[in-house]
Amino acid sequence: MIILAMVFYIALEMFNDSHESRDKFGFGFIFSSEWNPVKEDFGALPFIYGTIVSSIVALLISLPVSIGVAVFLSEIVHKSVRTPISFLIEILAAIPSIIYGFWGIFVFAPFMRTTVQPILESTLGFLPFFQGNMYGTGLLTASIILAIMITPIISAITRDVLKAIPKSQREAAYALGATKWEAIKMALLNARSGILGGAVLGLGRAIGETMAVTMVIGNKAQIVASLFEPAYSMASVIANEFAEASGSLHISALIEVGLILFGVTFIINSLARLLIYSVTRNA
Amino acid sequence: MSKDSILKNPKNLKRRKLINSVMISLCVLAGLITIIPLIYIFFYTTQSGISSLNLSFFTQLPKPVGEEGGGMANAIVGSLILISIGGLIGIPVGVLSGIYISEYSKSFLASVVKFTTDILSGVPSIIIGIFAYGVIVIPMQRFSALAGGFALGILMIPTITKITEEMLKLVPMSLREASLALGVSRWKTTLKIVLTTASSGIITGILLAIARAAGETAPLLFTAFGNSFWQTNIDQPMAALPLQIFTYAISPYEDWHRQAWAGAFVLIFLVFVVNLLVRFVTRNKFSGNL
Repeated sequence: MIILAMVFYIALEMFNDSHESRDKFGFGFIFSSEWNPVKEDFGALPFIYGTIVSSIVALLISLPVSIGVAVFLSEIVHKSVRTPISFLIEILAAIPSIIYGFWGIFVFAPFMRTTVQPILESTLGFLPFFQGNMYGTGLLTASIILAIMITPIISAITRDVLKAIPKSQREAAYALGATKWEAIKMALLNARSGILGGAVLGLGRAIGETMAVTMVIGNKAQIVASLFEPAYSMASVIANEFAEASGSLHISALIEVGLILFGVTFIINSLARLLIYSVTRNA
Repeated sequence: MSKDSILKNPKNLKRRKLINSVMISLCVLAGLITIIPLIYIFFYTTQSGISSLNLSFFTQLPKPVGEEGGGMANAIVGSLILISIGGLIGIPVGVLSGIYISEYSKSFLASVVKFTTDILSGVPSIIIGIFAYGVIVIPMQRFSALAGGFALGILMIPTITKITEEMLKLVPMSLREASLALGVSRWKTTLKIVLTTASSGIITGILLAIARAAGETAPLLFTAFGNSFWQTNIDQPMAALPLQIFTYAISPYEDWHRQAWAGAFVLIFLVFVVNLLVRFVTRNKFSGNL
């Protein structure tokens, strides 16, 4: 009961606390790319852009890997290998995000700058996504760190969903002469709405992720096509500016960013849960 | 696609076998890709952490910039206090909701609570921080450990609820029926029989939630705020281990980085031990039931 009341209260509280900014900027808040605490002019577009791009790129990287891991663990390997590996992946999900961020700036970002980004630029540099300054930190680095962080979530759900697909279906496929992959593919197709649910849940996690992204995304409020450039996300602007926000309008604007973030994750999570329930309920 | 094509094209077996082995090896590759960063992060943190871990890390206060040495004693104590406050809020609410969902699972309200718990577990931790800021920091007019603990408490709730629910479901129905048949009232059955049977599982769930809360940084940024001195008064700003790691990690000083790695190692170690413990306990539980 308390939980129920609390979720509503969170939404209400944020709605109330952001009224100053909502009154002043209206819907323009979402579409303006001006963010100037000195002039007290606020618009959230660059943050929304940074959040969406980094999360979607992360999902694109993570989804095939996650499905691969789930298939690997649930269909291919023997139990004696499965237990330690799934334990390791569980740990991966439990590492605090600050440690990912810390590792990201000191180990991964330099690696991106010296190795990955030059290679990408020389091979795919004709695309606007892979041009520009190579700082190491930036959208792409944030996306990859996010991808590492959400892979355990998506693969865990994919495994649960695959388990819910009856064994007899796979046996029927084998009986018809299917190869192992063809049987797996059929199971995956049947489980697709559950896997989609897992992916959406991972997306929700990536959108809300704060510390790791704050540390590697570069924190620059701009909208550019290049994935090398620094950007900013909704969660990280709150993390960086909230404690030292100057006026009440600034705080109010940050809370409104939070409100947007809350709304987006709320919708995404509800969607994901409904999709997952629809598959696992009958299991 | 699947069954029809298998029936209609029995001839291109070679191609199908090739696709089969390519896809299977891709899956194995995916397994490797996932594990490599983990092992890398783990060993890197351990390596950099252990070399800078010493006694003064646990016993001394942070030194000002430029002075070598110092430790995170206040942050460790701060984290412990924050987690205790969080636990006071999160554990009762989490366990009680878990009981409600599991024991009264037929009611409509229980499924709504279950759904809401799932949603709450997906709410970004920074949003919880804003919430705690609005509810506690603004009325109190200052950052405080109380607000930080409150935020951590809310974050613990979904994990504890979920595990309590699952552990209670493992308790055999016959146990409940036996107790009810002896004329024991329902709440007493739940409390004395069901809860006691599932207690070890619930405790591991609480440990898991605590380990997670110990590593949370985002909600503490503008609630507990951080502090570089001894502070045990809960209505004052307080230091916390992850906050200190964050401050040190983004600073330009070599010695601070070293200490941040040590802090990171302590956190990872905590997570690892707790997960190992949970694994151990739940395995015994499941093997007993299967």
